[in-house]
Amino acid sequence: MDYLDTKGRIFDIQRYSIHDGPGIRTIVFLKGCVLRCRWCCNPESQEFRIQTMMAAGKEKIIGRDVTVREMIEKVEQDRPYYYRSGGGLTLSGGECLCQPEFSRDLLRAAKERGINTAIESMACAPFEKIEMLLPYLDVYLMDVKHTNPEKHREFTGRSNELMLENARKTALSGKTKLVIRVPVIPSFNDTVEEIQGIARFADTLPGVEKIHLLPYHRLGQDKYEGLGRTYQMEGILPPSMEHMETLKKAVHAVSGLDCQIGG
Amino acid sequence: MFNTTDIPKSSRITRLVENLYAKMPEIESTRAILLTESYRETEGEPIITRRAKAFAHILRNIPIIIRDEELIVGSSTLAPRGCQTFPEFSFQWLEDELDTVETRSADPFYISEKTKQELREVHKYWKGKTTSELATSYMAPEAIRAIDHNVFTPGNYFYNGVGHVTVKYEEVLAVGYEGIMAKAQAELDQCHVGDGDYARRSRFLEAVILSCQAVIEYAQRYAMLADEMASTCSDPVRKQELHIIAQNCSRVPAKGATGFYEACQSFWFVQQLLQMESSGHSISPGRFDQYMYPYYEADIRNGNITREFAQELMDCIWVKLNDLNKCRDAASAEGFAGYSLFQNLIAGGQNKDGEDVTNDLSIMSIQASMHVFLPQPSLSVRVWNGSPHEFLIKAAELTRTGIGLPAYYNDEVIITALQNRGLSLEDAREYNIIGCVEPQKAGKTEGWHDAAFFNMCRPLELVFANGMDKGEMVGIPTGDVTEMSTFEEFYDAYKKQMEYCISLLVNADNAIDVAHAERCPLPFLSCMVDDCLKEGKTVQEGGAVYNFTGPQGFGVANMADSLFAVRKLVYEDKSVSMQEYKEALAWNFGKGFDETDAADVASAVIRSLQEQGKTITEENVSSILNMVLNLKPEPAKKARYEEIHDLIDRVPKFGNAIPEVDYFARDVAYTYTRPMEKYKNPRGGQYQAGLYPVSANVPLGGQTGATPDGRYAHTPVADGVSPSAGKDVKGPTAAATSVSRLDHFIVSNGTLFNQKFHPSALAGREGLEKFVALIRSYFDQKGMHMQFNVVSRETLLDAQEHPENYKHLVVRVAGYSALFTTLSRSLQDDIIRRTEQGF
Repeated sequence: MDYLDTKGRIFDIQRYSIHDGPGIRTIVFLKGCVLRCRWCCNPESQEFRIQTMMAAGKEKIIGRDVTVREMIEKVEQDRPYYYRSGGGLTLSGGECLCQPEFSRDLLRAAKERGINTAIESMACAPFEKIEMLLPYLDVYLMDVKHTNPEKHREFTGRSNELMLENARKTALSGKTKLVIRVPVIPSFNDTVEEIQGIARFADTLPGVEKIHLLPYHRLGQDKYEGLGRTYQMEGILPPSMEHMETLKKAVHAVSGLDCQIGG
Repeated sequence: MFNTTDIPKSSRITRLVENLYAKMPEIESTRAILLTESYRETEGEPIITRRAKAFAHILRNIPIIIRDEELIVGSSTLAPRGCQTFPEFSFQWLEDELDTVETRSADPFYISEKTKQELREVHKYWKGKTTSELATSYMAPEAIRAIDHNVFTPGNYFYNGVGHVTVKYEEVLAVGYEGIMAKAQAELDQCHVGDGDYARRSRFLEAVILSCQAVIEYAQRYAMLADEMASTCSDPVRKQELHIIAQNCSRVPAKGATGFYEACQSFWFVQQLLQMESSGHSISPGRFDQYMYPYYEADIRNGNITREFAQELMDCIWVKLNDLNKCRDAASAEGFAGYSLFQNLIAGGQNKDGEDVTNDLSIMSIQASMHVFLPQPSLSVRVWNGSPHEFLIKAAELTRTGIGLPAYYNDEVIITALQNRGLSLEDAREYNIIGCVEPQKAGKTEGWHDAAFFNMCRPLELVFANGMDKGEMVGIPTGDVTEMSTFEEFYDAYKKQMEYCISLLVNADNAIDVAHAERCPLPFLSCMVDDCLKEGKTVQEGGAVYNFTGPQGFGVANMADSLFAVRKLVYEDKSVSMQEYKEALAWNFGKGFDETDAADVASAVIRSLQEQGKTITEENVSSILNMVLNLKPEPAKKARYEEIHDLIDRVPKFGNAIPEVDYFARDVAYTYTRPMEKYKNPRGGQYQAGLYPVSANVPLGGQTGATPDGRYAHTPVADGVSPSAGKDVKGPTAAATSVSRLDHFIVSNGTLFNQKFHPSALAGREGLEKFVALIRSYFDQKGMHMQFNVVSRETLLDAQEHPENYKHLVVRVAGYSALFTTLSRSLQDDIIRRTEQGF
């Protein structure tokens, strides 16, 4: 079978994404995730199965099956913008490692066309799956949410050992530019100590230069209702800009990393 | 080379702006009174002589004022942001609106009872003598009918002066009006009494000399006033400033400027007095950064001026550009909302040899707009492959402030487009922008840009009604629409209605053109446009090197979506019959008639009854009207019309980078741009189409019934070449790609593409970089123009509720910036409705 015919399941495509990798990018959102983060702003991404969700009073089908060929044609449409900005394709989700063949082949299709590639991923999969992607991956935007396994399990459903190990293996491979991203979630990881813990870890990874602190936002809240679920973060306010600045300084105090607020 | 470091804002500028906006602008009558006095004395003389004498009489006698702390002087009214009136062009609308102009929703003006009385008195003289009345008498009856039925409106020049020009500022700066008078005198000396055109030529040249002399005297009056004020001024700093102002005004614009400060003052008198001679707007400073640069560069090199003071002077000019004002009739005020004079000033770009000439003043122009933060000048920047990146980053920083400036223009398209209209390569490379988006070569062109608003939706309504509108034949009969068996037949009918309506537009514009030449030739303006002096005639009579007429169409996106939907649903899927489509439109997709429709339908019924010889009493009228108002579609039909609306919704729309739809839109745009090219104007020039609406898409949309793209009756039509509001759902890159698929090269009078961004899309250096990349990518794809609203929806909603807190909130409304709170509610709503291109 031609790799362009590989199938995958996605739930959205977003053009003119400017906070998810270098330049102007097109994000393909893959369906299915192994984690269940309480703050997740794309709760409709978590289950692999095709679902319906109420959105603006109407039923909306979430998820559709596509081929790499279909997707790369969509991605091609914004080539003039990638060319000028150094942008390209980003796979997000969900977790693209849940569909490693599709992810690999879509990244490969982009690379073969000279389009820059990135993934946003938690690295929560056996390292072999990550290795499948690495030859076609320019930038890995890797989520590191916490250094404490227990707290990680409590808020995301899984412990963090595998992910931290994969972060190190990915860095050691030298095959991609690794950027660490931290969703800053009040009540979970927004203290100076917790953020510094992540920064210290990230600073030990060879080749890692950048860390992004992504402030929690509530834009996904309505979707929980649309899925008939309760939003467990009810009442949690986004961190203030001042607090984000404090955390940024805290990162600089314990690491040599270039820290930015937002993607 | 240029310096991009920020220059701090002087506190003077803050105070100048505060004083300017302290009160509602006021209408003054002094110009109208002086004009009329002069006209009464010159009855029977050649019109060109009368114009020059009236101009001179005004400049010698109109009250003058130097405002507190001004460094650049020259005000057309005593009240800040006041306006004079121009009864020689039209006055009836003002006469009718004298009592309502203060309370209207768009651009209100204060007017005292005394002024009202004076204007009523003056207006008595002008009955039958205006350009507007003469133009009407020249128009074909069918053209007047088409105007009455809102197919197009030539309102701009029908009621006002033409403006829309950039003159040779550089020549005034270099040789002063004494130099220009000497040139005119030399031409005059060469005239032989036996020449065939002696009468016209000699009188024109004499009029030029008289006008220039009057301008020099006007500046002398300012010199004297400044001296007087200095003599009584107790503040030594201000006293010294006034002395320098007096020195400047006694030298310029009579003579060539010797330094940057004099050049600024000289520039200002030209800019101000062009707008005293005629009421035309869009008198555009053009390439200020180029013609001012030699004076700046020499002063900096010789240590005569600091960068900071040069910036302060530019800021003062920026403030003064907002001191000028214009009162339009209530309907036009909606269409040009925001007290805008469209004085377009452009920075950056190439010289005649194709080298990039971005300089310090280009950067300082952007800085001045950041400092002054007002809608004028309409700041533009030229972008090409050789544009310095840091210049565009600086421009993007200004965009990020939310002021709606600058607008970005693509040299790579405009230069070719102008060459295609006969400009030399050198002239095309030196283009600047007039008004909203109209390119031309300064000092050589009478472009008649902005010549009319043409509503591309109305001819499609005529197709559905076989040429009829409200009981009258407005278009041409193209047959019963339900009998058209192929899409080609339907499309062809649209093209025929378009061509017919365009010919009527040309008739109307040419009538107005002739009226201006006969009744309001402008000798002062003409002495600064080539080759008027050599040709011995004004620009109104065809004295310019390049002559065009540029009427702008709007509703391209609606028509593209409409024709595409009809093709798909009626002719391809056959899911809707043409009869049903026609009914659904008539019933506004099931919403029924509102009062405007009801009045239209009732008048059609009444007319047809009258044609049958029936007498209609007032009682009949109201009962017919009531009957129409109570008409409701049957429930089953209503459901079907709503269903049709849903079907239309599901047809792909322009603005989403779908090649099939986009290239179809390209073809639809040709139905306007191609027929236009074949027409000539009375000045010997060519017609060239523009595709931009200023803000007329809202009021003129209000006069348009439901359209087959699913647009409900009386709602705004699409803005410029932008996709219909809310129909572009794939983000800014997809919208830009779609718009770039129109043929911008043929639209040499300008296209307008508006995008709205949430400020977060431009956050940080990264945000600016990506924003600049977006512009460059659109331009790589051969788009012509792009402008942005960077503002949050919440801000706008709050500003609607609490306008008092947002007096300075500037938004870009299609081609220019305006103060949001001065816009009418419907226009405010339209801005808010536009697709939010957030993060």
